[in-house]
Parts: sequence; C-alpha cells; structure tokens
Amino acid sequence: MNLQLSHFSAAVLFAVFASIVFGITQRSTSREQIRYGLYCFVMFVGGVFVAGWVMWMLRR
Amino acid sequence: MGNSSARNKEAAVTPQPVTAISVVAPAIGWLIPGAGHLIQKRWIRGLLLMVSIVTMFLLGLAMQGRVYRPNGGDILDILGFIGDVGGGGLYILTRAMDWGQGAIAHATADYGTKYIIVAGLLNFISAADAYHIAIGKKP
Repeated sequence: MNLQLSHFSAAVLFAVFASIVFGITQRSTSREQIRYGLYCFVMFVGGVFVAGWVMWMLRR
Repeated sequence: MGNSSARNKEAAVTPQPVTAISVVAPAIGWLIPGAGHLIQKRWIRGLLLMVSIVTMFLLGLAMQGRVYRPNGGDILDILGFIGDVGGGGLYILTRAMDWGQGAIAHATADYGTKYIIVAGLLNFISAADAYHIAIGKKP
C-alpha cells in the first residue's frame, strides 16, 4: 500500500490525532479535555498556516 | 497557612504505594495503545487513544515511512528508534513482519516516518497517563 497525502492533509491529520491524545492526557475533566484538544488542534493548524506564510515571504 | 503549605509539600513527596494495577496499566498501555485506560474502565478515553495512536502508526506505514532499528549507529537513528519503540506491540509486529523498510522515494514518505515516531511518543504519554489514573493522581 502506498498512500500519498498532500502536505496540508498530512499536517491536518497529524493535528487531529495529536490533539486527541494531548486533550485526554493533559487535562482531567471531560470538558477541559475537549477544550484543550480543540485548542491544540487550532494551534497546530494555525502553526501550519503561519509557517506557510513565513516560507512564502522568505521565498520572495 | 504555613502548616498547610508544609503538609502539601509533604504529601507531594510522599511515595505512592506500588499496586498491581499501577504496574500493569502502563505496561499493557505501552503494549496495546489505550489498553491501560480500558482495563481501568475508562472506555471512551481508551478507545479514543487506541484509535488515534494505531491509526497514526498505520498511516505512517501506509505512507512508506521508515521504521528504525535499535542498532542504527547514528544518533538520529537512535532517537528515531526510541520514538518508534513507544508503539509497543505495533512496533514488535512491524519488526516481526519486516514492514517499514521501504526507501523514502517521495516527500510524504518522510511524513510517514514522523507519523510512526510521533505515534510511539504519544503512546508513551498515554501509558504515563494510565499510570497516573492507577495511582489516583488523576480521575
């Protein structure tokens, strides 16, 4: 099997799975876990966009 | 106030008693991702951890990611091995079946290698969390 994802889809999938594990392991109550998981996901994906723009500016 | 602070510090350094579950939960959690939570009846958490870590590891393999061996020699290979071995049973199965030996031929294969390493590292965190639940540090 040879799965070829785009850079963006690979980064988003990575963010989904890592955020779930971070949310569950780093907080105690269900509400906090969901909030922290969403926070991690937003930071991961936000970081992808920021890094993308930085690379675009460096390339110009 | 001062006494309360001293008591808190004392409680923080008091060693937790070693129970069977505090040894078994992280061990089985390492071997089978999420199982450390499942044996403590944290069904939803355990299933979510299992699905996340196993899927991440398998996606890494499907992307032709590389699985590191213990005798890599290079320091980065050794660090990669430490990450990979966190996958527990998944790593053992992968080595037994001789998967993950493909040469990295395209950019996303490197993502695959990172997926496998991070899945292992996340499983270490998951096993530590199972231990914290077992000793009563976390609900």
